[in-house]
Amino acid sequence: MTLRVFVPRDAAAVAVGADEVARLLAATAKKAAVSIEMVRNGSRGMLWLEPLVEIEEGGIRYGFGPVGQDDIEGLVKAGLFNGKPLASLKHPLALGPVEKIGFFKRQTRLTFARCGITDPVSLEDYRAHGGYKGLEKAISIKPIEIVEEVTKSGLRGRGGAGFPTGIKWKTVHDTAGAQKYIVCNADEGDSGTFADRMIMEGDPFVLIEGMTIAGIAVGATKGYIYLRSEYPHAEVALNAAIDAARKAELLGSKIAGSKHAFDLEVRMGAGAYVCGEETALLESLEGKRGLVRAKPPLPAHKGLFGCPTVINNVLSLAAVPFILSEGAKTYFDCGMGRSRGTMPIQLAGNIKHGGLFETAFGITLGELVDDVGGGTLSGRPVKAVQVGGPLGAYFPRALFDTPFDYEAFAARDGLIGHAGVVVFDDTANMAKQARFAFEFCAIESCGKCTPCRIGSTRGKETMDKVMAGENRADNLALIEDLCNTMKFGSLCALGGFTPYPVMSALTHFPQDFGRPAKKMAEAAE
Amino acid sequence: MSRFEPWSEGRTVEIVDDHRALEGPLMPILHAVQEAFGYVPEEAVPVLARELNLSRAEVHGVVTFYHDFRRELPGKHILKMCRAEACQSMGCEALVEKAQERLGVECGGTSADGRVTLEPIYCLGLCATAPSAMIDGRLVGRLDEKKLDQLLKEATA
Repeated sequence: MTLRVFVPRDAAAVAVGADEVARLLAATAKKAAVSIEMVRNGSRGMLWLEPLVEIEEGGIRYGFGPVGQDDIEGLVKAGLFNGKPLASLKHPLALGPVEKIGFFKRQTRLTFARCGITDPVSLEDYRAHGGYKGLEKAISIKPIEIVEEVTKSGLRGRGGAGFPTGIKWKTVHDTAGAQKYIVCNADEGDSGTFADRMIMEGDPFVLIEGMTIAGIAVGATKGYIYLRSEYPHAEVALNAAIDAARKAELLGSKIAGSKHAFDLEVRMGAGAYVCGEETALLESLEGKRGLVRAKPPLPAHKGLFGCPTVINNVLSLAAVPFILSEGAKTYFDCGMGRSRGTMPIQLAGNIKHGGLFETAFGITLGELVDDVGGGTLSGRPVKAVQVGGPLGAYFPRALFDTPFDYEAFAARDGLIGHAGVVVFDDTANMAKQARFAFEFCAIESCGKCTPCRIGSTRGKETMDKVMAGENRADNLALIEDLCNTMKFGSLCALGGFTPYPVMSALTHFPQDFGRPAKKMAEAAE
Repeated sequence: MSRFEPWSEGRTVEIVDDHRALEGPLMPILHAVQEAFGYVPEEAVPVLARELNLSRAEVHGVVTFYHDFRRELPGKHILKMCRAEACQSMGCEALVEKAQERLGVECGGTSADGRVTLEPIYCLGLCATAPSAMIDGRLVGRLDEKKLDQLLKEATA
């Protein structure tokens, strides 16, 4: 009998030794004359357990992790390969059935339903797990009905801005154009985020299917995935999946035997954070500097090469197959207020149980950090949590009752962004973090507008003075004024949102800036 | 022996020809040029401009805009260390300082013996296994002093 063994190919698993573990496991099995089938799956998202080795027995997958090369001998001795029931295997790394682990069980996995379970580059596997049912449905209805379905689902752009996806699609659908494009924004540059990377490496077909459906819906025949160069593993997985889809005629001139044509290409970015801004991304795709465009015209009217273009984040597009196959209502029924469906939240930084946690909107920040994440990895108290990447606000514990919802975060001067949650313990210096926000903006500014280009550098210099104790009160007043200018005067979110981390750090952690701490309680109100 | 080929106009034109059919081909071409030569040589700029019917300023603008494109040959090994927030929360700055000290070079430079180029990177998407780094394309998560020592030892050996 052949034993099915799973070792993730996800970059986060590979970075902590998954390739070496997979090789050694295969060699050990061979030596023991045990026949195994090694599947390099995506990650389950429990990244503190990576490399997570899974072995299938009677349809149940038993987990072991985090497995280092040194652990393999012991695991084999304990009976990993001897055919005895895995449930009775005694080893400190034995985790039992993976899907019963609390972190995994509590989730509502709609977009990530297959991630970690299937072989990411196997089309057969994808189909066996419900893949391409959304496309089937899309082909059977009118394009405008696809747009209506997406609108009814309440899906909002998962890149950060939260713009209703259906409205974007409707605009492109209604705009005439000989050529239209679907562009996937896979320039996931926010620190603390990795959901796009995980889905591209762990279930690339779901993105391909989502883009194909988008193409049919709006009448676009060509799609681009603009992928950041920091993600070489995702590039490999995407290209393998695109090749397989093309061979199966799920991409090409007659998709799945229909009259629709759609094809896809992966394009690599080159390390510019600002290219995650949609118009800068389009410039970059056209082969230019990644300068932000003034809007209007909207990309939906004049986007890539001046043609009507849908530009969506990876997670928005990856949510579409589910919406089509299971119906808009099923998706809409998850979530709260105007935030419908699920959000793949990423728990990162100094956190005990870091990873990907997909759940309906509405869970509080405190539940995420304390219950799901288990607090800090260092074991020290949580001081601050930055939600939404480098342009997101720092929240103190006092705001841990904030529900994960676009409007609720906005009401407290924060943002969800791409749903990255980075935890800092009490050794963090928030003045330093505020300075870094300016510094990062200065490094990554495209230079087109003055508040961002110059404001960021002046902000960094002024923070240096504050930290050196030079005219503190005056300089902090200057910082506040500068933040106001950047917030309202910048062309895009890079300059416009840099004030979020700066001002939230200053508001909630005044003592780190040499201001009296008593203001903190008031600020948290 | 460099792992890259020396710059030549012929090879540059060949790379352009391989990508000519693409829409907006400049970025893929620059990536291919850097992969072949290790950097984007100054001499390549007018050739690319001529072949793509762009101005030299346009090509120069693109080469210098993106952090990835190098304008000189890198060291034998390239060590990229993440300095973004998630890695900061796990103490990456102390590790960067250590690497700078060991290599005798600021982040962004190449060690005097030409063996290691140390570069900052803002997020490898390994934020739950921070701090992280990448050496010659190989990812390293849960970086600590011991692992860094090992990487530096291998790279400077």
